[in-house]
Amino acid sequence: MFTEELLDKSSLMRKKWEDEVKKVIAKNADQKERWSTVSDLEIKRIYGPEDIKDMDFARDIAYPGQFPYLRGNQATGYRGKYWTFRMFSGMGTAVETNKRWHYLLTTGQTGLSTAFDFPTLMGYNTDSPKAKGECGKCGVAIDTIDDFRDLIKGIPLDKITTSMTINPPATALWAMYCASAEQQGIPLSKIGGTIQNDMLKEFIAQKTLMCPPEPSVKLISDTIEFGTQYVPKWNTISISGYHIREAGATAVQELAFTLRDGMEYVEDAIRRKGLHVDQFAPRLSFFFNAHIDFFEEIAKLRAARRIWAKAMRERYNSQDPRSWWMRFHTQTAGCSLTAQQPYNNVVRTAVEALAAVLGGTQSLHTNSLDEVLCLPSDHAVQIALRTQQLIAEETGVCNTIDPLAGSYFVEALTNEMEEKAWEYIHKIDDMGGMVAAIDKGFPQMEISDAAYKFQQQIDAQEKIMIGVNKYIEEDETVDIPFLEIDDSVEAEQLERLAAVKRKRDGRKLAECLKDLGNACKKGDNVMPYCIEAVKNYATVQEICDVYREVYGEYRDPGIY
Amino acid sequence: MSNRKIRVLLAKPGLDGHDRGARVIARCFRDAGFEVIYTGCHQTPEMIAAVALQEDVDVVGLSCLSGAHNYLFPQVAKLLQDKGANDITVIGGGIIPEKDMAGLYEAGIKEIFTPGATLDSLVEWINNNVNPKE
Repeated sequence: MFTEELLDKSSLMRKKWEDEVKKVIAKNADQKERWSTVSDLEIKRIYGPEDIKDMDFARDIAYPGQFPYLRGNQATGYRGKYWTFRMFSGMGTAVETNKRWHYLLTTGQTGLSTAFDFPTLMGYNTDSPKAKGECGKCGVAIDTIDDFRDLIKGIPLDKITTSMTINPPATALWAMYCASAEQQGIPLSKIGGTIQNDMLKEFIAQKTLMCPPEPSVKLISDTIEFGTQYVPKWNTISISGYHIREAGATAVQELAFTLRDGMEYVEDAIRRKGLHVDQFAPRLSFFFNAHIDFFEEIAKLRAARRIWAKAMRERYNSQDPRSWWMRFHTQTAGCSLTAQQPYNNVVRTAVEALAAVLGGTQSLHTNSLDEVLCLPSDHAVQIALRTQQLIAEETGVCNTIDPLAGSYFVEALTNEMEEKAWEYIHKIDDMGGMVAAIDKGFPQMEISDAAYKFQQQIDAQEKIMIGVNKYIEEDETVDIPFLEIDDSVEAEQLERLAAVKRKRDGRKLAECLKDLGNACKKGDNVMPYCIEAVKNYATVQEICDVYREVYGEYRDPGIY
Repeated sequence: MSNRKIRVLLAKPGLDGHDRGARVIARCFRDAGFEVIYTGCHQTPEMIAAVALQEDVDVVGLSCLSGAHNYLFPQVAKLLQDKGANDITVIGGGIIPEKDMAGLYEAGIKEIFTPGATLDSLVEWINNNVNPKE
């Protein structure tokens, strides 16, 4: 990056500066000895040319749209198109969530994103004993395709993309989407959207569990194969670091585990389905967390693009640049928000969203100030959405692409994140891959260590959360309007489900479920059978019960 | 005085998978010298009560962040009371709105810890309020 002459000069100047620093701190000590990121990565007082002297501009940085895509996939950056303003929402019944969606689309939101309730997420019906008390509480309840049709009523499926945060029952929900589109006369080739469908991070962090890791990955490869053949505009997976981070991982762990998960899926689709990497890799998408440590997050997102591009080209011999692109959604960090002095959360979210944008995200959800207390109110959601619009249209940060490139600090930190991520990736390779590492409890324990350490640092005030361990307001009264899901939602949903169960053709349904079970046993792709089953009003749980029966049920081993 | 360590069952009732808090507390309690049993996510109230009795614990700590605490916490307390296990202290934590607390205390939950509670304050509460069984 620099001439020998410049480095020599810089080295002398740095020495002089260091002497000056020593003199000053001898008189006035620094506020603390060690300065580090929220992930406890130590940061130097200053960075200079010597910190990035081994970088090669053409090899390591380049321009947007050029390998290794450090500066973004698109040559035009945000000038052509801002990121998608995609707010995650869902509560109560499908009818209520549909209303919220229509409202959101009038406010300038450009994509939809579905939060499901816990029974749906875990593949249980509202009438399961396990679902009691949970219906509609933290997302929308979907039992059958009837609910699904209400959910997407009036949403133009060929124009608006919808993201569905659904994992174990992803095949069932995607089947409902496909079947509903067909019924609306929209061909599968025209619909676009995303299913999260990333089970590895469930074992690592989020714990929406159904079957063991191996068959879980098989079901994901089924969706990748089906998407490649019939639904080419669909993102069949959103490989997620968000939940890994929320569970307490460091930025490096989030980066490393997420990308290694991605590699596991790539390898399985190639091995199990005989696909060429470039047939499906352009549809892989990612999902990261934007935490509170501004530069660490920017460096993480930039490093993620570069690692993925290298992995795709070098590890999997991909030839298609679209496979080298890492496309990702970002969500600001729920775990950085505080129940205390909740209006401060608006500020946190704004800083995090700015980091996501400077890191070059393609899509963004900004958390609402009240999310740590309850489901977000309309007003809180509006502030969160306006935060994005304000960053896009007022601050000027979109004027130029990747404005932090070339910063000694940002480039050095980006390099450090990449190096440390590769160390983890190689370690997991040596264990035999991510499924094997999960079986050993490796990523789970690494995250536990980090989460415990962070909590201890908070308790010791080594890390600060305003309102929690510093600037505490005694006798604070929180005047946040509370949005709550009434228990009557459960009764209403039970009645809806019972009505569907009464009207459907039991014999036809039983046949469909039997066919699905046989497909599982034979290792066939389950998607066509799922679509047939949901058309015949199979519930989410009925489909998942087939999987549980054939593949077995996985229980959280409770590692800590 | 008993020499037995305080035995704590930490459990996550319901379908909620947010286990960061429960796992951090499990480590903290272990480091504080308690005997910790953590049964992982997705336990039914029946499973939790059965383990509590079987393992003869002093404390059951419940963690729920999904909003289903009003059903799940009292249900665990009730099952333990039904079995005559009145000597087991049941506490809870998670995203618990202020207005739900009175109902939970009434149902037999002895203390509720919400975000911002320090690890030390939890250990201290247990040490002050729980005597290990003979």
